[in-house]
Amino acid sequence: MALVSTPATLERAVPAMDNAEVLRIRNDFPVLGQLVNGQPLVYLDSGATSQNPLSVIEAEQEFYEQRNAAVHRGAHYLAVEATEVFEDARQTIADFIGADYAETVWTSNATEGLNLISYALSNASLWAAQGRGDGRLKELGVGPGDQIVVTEMEHHANLIPWQELAFRTGATLRYIPIDDAGALRMDRAAEILGQKTKVLAFTHASNVLGTINPVQELVALGRRAGALVVLDACQSAPHLPLNVKELDVDFAVFSGHKMLAPTGIGVLYGKQDILDVLPPFLTGGSMITTVTMDRAEYLPAPQRFEAGTQRISQAVALAAAANYLTETGLDRVHRWESELGQRMVAGLESIPGIRVLGPTAGHERIGLAAFHVDGVHAHDVGQFLDSRGIAVRVGHHCAQPLHRRLGLTATTRASAYLYNTTDDVDAFLEAVAGVRSYFRV
Amino acid sequence: MSLDQLYQQIILDHSKVRHGSGLAGIAAPAGAFTGQSRQLNPVCGDEVTLRVAVEGGKVAQISWDGEGCSISMASASVLSELAEGMTVDELRAVIGTFREVLRSRGKVHADPEILGDAAAFEGVARYAARVKCAMISWVAAEDALNQAT
Repeated sequence: MALVSTPATLERAVPAMDNAEVLRIRNDFPVLGQLVNGQPLVYLDSGATSQNPLSVIEAEQEFYEQRNAAVHRGAHYLAVEATEVFEDARQTIADFIGADYAETVWTSNATEGLNLISYALSNASLWAAQGRGDGRLKELGVGPGDQIVVTEMEHHANLIPWQELAFRTGATLRYIPIDDAGALRMDRAAEILGQKTKVLAFTHASNVLGTINPVQELVALGRRAGALVVLDACQSAPHLPLNVKELDVDFAVFSGHKMLAPTGIGVLYGKQDILDVLPPFLTGGSMITTVTMDRAEYLPAPQRFEAGTQRISQAVALAAAANYLTETGLDRVHRWESELGQRMVAGLESIPGIRVLGPTAGHERIGLAAFHVDGVHAHDVGQFLDSRGIAVRVGHHCAQPLHRRLGLTATTRASAYLYNTTDDVDAFLEAVAGVRSYFRV
Repeated sequence: MSLDQLYQQIILDHSKVRHGSGLAGIAAPAGAFTGQSRQLNPVCGDEVTLRVAVEGGKVAQISWDGEGCSISMASASVLSELAEGMTVDELRAVIGTFREVLRSRGKVHADPEILGDAAAFEGVARYAARVKCAMISWVAAEDALNQAT
């Protein structure tokens, strides 16, 4: 008899995550075992950067101990080995996000990915103006009179590159506002997006509010306007199942260091037919077909956007991180973190003098919560929590316009990952409950 | 080092009283030379705008507006109380001493004879991330002094 599992039986066979499993997971993360200020470390700053499991640390070490060489050149043994694991890593990441191999471009981080797109789009108009490259560049390029649309909740990384693209090209930057509960005003989005809109760039999940944006509806509005749709997946790719083809976005970016991998590696996804005609952003070695003293012809994607020697060990480590997440199951991770996020918000809402940003308890949010403590500055809140071994982020979380919209300059943010227990959240809540009395407000 | 050594009572008190706070409500003495400086900490969005009025070689008044953590607000309050009546040279010297203590990572002790209430910020020197908070108004005062003299 053939053993075939239907998705429904699979679901039953895989139980939800619990504290016992998280305690086992924590054994894979050496950094989490330490004491900070005499107290067990409670790490709730994964929204800023995540910690690395041993399998990731070892993957990078193994590369340097056994395979280190420049990729895509040289005929020697190590060069071949290095190229193989580097390109295997690309396939692993492509599978991780539901993309094709050639649509998966290495970057340093999401910020570089977004800058790459914005510069490639202004280069597209320069090329089109001089009759260079593919005929579609004329329609892809951004120029005077065009519109670029972002949202009011964007991280600076998904705002400033578009401000600068508007500046370079004479296009206009507009934004979709949020309501007081931190949701995008979709009625306004429908009004703002029109025939002149060339780019719609938005975050999948807010790094401050915790909201998950309605990607499907936004993509539909973008399609209707004929705009390129750019997804900032920094707070989603590490935490929930992501399939860029199902979402039907044109571009997506995320950073490795927020998903258990080292710093210095990120990913840009782009639809192949667009990537293959877009002009490059950085130029130089490894991305060309032929070069004369006057000009160069470029390889198709992904090499087209990977000038210079690449971040090889980091790519290998990122693939190990993706494997770690896939083995744990991102749907399970997402459910667990949602539970932690709800626990945070419900707990914070019950403490006098606390204002939580974004959706209230009971409404969908990812595993993070940013909040304001009446009468106490976020820096002081963070310092107080640190004295109890609790690591959180304080400041504007690279979202100044969003904070201004909410009438705040700085907030405190706790962000969880698959290695956090409900005890971590409870320790955090207990400490927050003591903040105002410590500062005598 | 305990949190209480960082957040000494004197700092918590000053962060609430905010001596010298309210630029618009405090008129500079007529005939004084004034300088004004706005300083920002881009990391946390803290900011201080501070005005120094100098009359006859002496600091006649320091007033300021700002928003930030208890350390930055208390530091501005302590500074404005401490500086009034000092000669310009004395204030410059005190700013230099304060900076030296704050940047010493706890190696240089603060002398209350020289720094007065500002000696309470000695503990901040051990928290590298908070040194800028304590310094922000002092940097503004230094800049404003240069404009006023």
